[in-house]
Amino acid sequence: MDAASFASSRRRALLIAALLAVAAACLPLVVKDVYVLNILVLTLMYAALSQSWNILGGYCGQISLGHALYFGLGAYTTTLLFTKLGVVPWFGMVAGGAISATIALALGYPTFRLRGHYFAIATIVIAESAYLLFLNWDWAGAALGINVPVRADSWLLFQFRRSKLPFFYFALGLACVTWLVTWAFENSKWGYWWRAVKDNPEAAESLGVVVFHSKMAAAAVSAFFTAVGGAFYAQFVSYIDPESVMSFQFSLLMALPAVLGGIGTLWGPALGAAILIPLTELTRSYVGGGGKGIDLIVYGVLIMAIALARPEGLVGLFERRKRIETAR
Amino acid sequence: MTAETIIQSLASGLLMGLLYGLIAVGLALIFGLMDVVNFAHGEFLMAAMYATLGFATFALLDPLIAAPLVAFAMFGFGALAYLGVVRFAMRARTNVGMVQIFATFGLAIVMRGLAQLLLTPDYRSIPSSWLGGKTLAVAGIFLPEPQLAGALISVAAFAGLYLLIHHTDFGRALEATREDAGAVALVGIDKNRVFALGWGLGAALVGLAGAVMAIFFYIYPDVGASFALIAYVTVALGGFGSVFGAFAGGMIVGLVEATTALVLPPSLKSLGIYAVYLLVVFIRPRGLFGSL
Repeated sequence: MDAASFASSRRRALLIAALLAVAAACLPLVVKDVYVLNILVLTLMYAALSQSWNILGGYCGQISLGHALYFGLGAYTTTLLFTKLGVVPWFGMVAGGAISATIALALGYPTFRLRGHYFAIATIVIAESAYLLFLNWDWAGAALGINVPVRADSWLLFQFRRSKLPFFYFALGLACVTWLVTWAFENSKWGYWWRAVKDNPEAAESLGVVVFHSKMAAAAVSAFFTAVGGAFYAQFVSYIDPESVMSFQFSLLMALPAVLGGIGTLWGPALGAAILIPLTELTRSYVGGGGKGIDLIVYGVLIMAIALARPEGLVGLFERRKRIETAR
Repeated sequence: MTAETIIQSLASGLLMGLLYGLIAVGLALIFGLMDVVNFAHGEFLMAAMYATLGFATFALLDPLIAAPLVAFAMFGFGALAYLGVVRFAMRARTNVGMVQIFATFGLAIVMRGLAQLLLTPDYRSIPSSWLGGKTLAVAGIFLPEPQLAGALISVAAFAGLYLLIHHTDFGRALEATREDAGAVALVGIDKNRVFALGWGLGAALVGLAGAVMAIFFYIYPDVGASFALIAYVTVALGGFGSVFGAFAGGMIVGLVEATTALVLPPSLKSLGIYAVYLLVVFIRPRGLFGSL
């Protein structure tokens, strides 16, 4: 792709994203059902989380299966600051992001020397260690978790018991911000460095790419936004415990939309979340969750089918059509 | 803490560690053969435990008698998992690693769902068996007999695996395929057949482990998840692809777990395993015995 058509495709992506965001913002005018709105909030949240995961896992190619750590740190920082010190969640959100980014840098220092499965297992093991520590940390609620105390509905305390609408708009905003950050990085020095590190670290190094710093930058950005998502989730469900914000399955749930939608692509995470989250929520309520197992079977078959039929991700469906068009 | 308690817990840790090695070796074998990490490995263990329960309930077979039958059934199941799912994941041209992870992860979720649907999420156990609940006293140290049997079966299985890999045609085909899957086709070895047999063998080994585990552990649809992580750490600790690294890795994991349980509350006993894993790979990024 030459420079001019690359620039025009970036402008087109921005336009499409703006149109989609406006369309999504109008959805609550039509959708009044609380249950459907709840699914929409979760879909947008996973789009944002997966977009954040995609920066490190997709663009930079460092497959982290321990992002539940950052999600949980965001949720716990916000909630602990609010319940113990009365600090507003907005500050906790930023503080959680900063703490997560700092921890990501500290952990990156030894782990980024590892490759492939050794790296992935190290991320799992670190997140699981934090999970075990939080399970046994009495001051932070241990296994019982923490309830966010109920106050009056307000934007200042980011609490809304009566309407889900404010949560919807925040989740939409977060999804847009993570998308925009990815979009901006795609055409920056870091974006090119990350892809070089992913494709061939030795060649990148020999061409002057600072591989280690590239990975560190990707990890910090990725951890920051994952923690913001965690802080949002804590306010949204107003109850957290280690199982619900830091367990291993969360790490997989964050990676899954990006992988199925198209790993290392701009649209993959949002597309994957838009398909995966409503489908799982709907199967759960229609064929019945609660230990019957049919929802798991549907979910598993879906994952297998997409992984096997579209290894490049669902964005491949759109790209193929484009390629045929240009061929004409 | 007396010397006796320390020896006691090290002894049970070593027995459990040998069993961890047996759980993990199938994972190491499959990875060594074709660079695929089977994310459904824990669910293979779960299936083997349910199969043992089935033999015990309907055919009144003791788990020790059922073990070879379970291993045989799991052999077929493993080969089918390769032919039905993994073979297609190998065809991916882009993103090979992630496709394999999520294809086998999808399989794991389906197996868990099927177990919940057909067998309910209830915790079950085998009410009585030859070894269940018995201990053997050796010089004042009490060894639980099921774990002792598991350790012996593990050692025997590793010995058998050694002979198989180094002294049979199948073992040579296995070695050759892992060296260069493309070149073996030229000398008339069917790559797919070797891979399917490799998956069968890996599943049969975890089947043996599952039969022993069913004697003393609860059986439920999610049982595999907790052991799967230990198995991954075991394999990585030994070095991916090294079958006998899994043996050493298993023993280390068992001993470290027992030692951690002496100094930390039992709910934190996995922390020691995780710390040792990180320590080892920070010093040796390819695990203890990993090549490449």
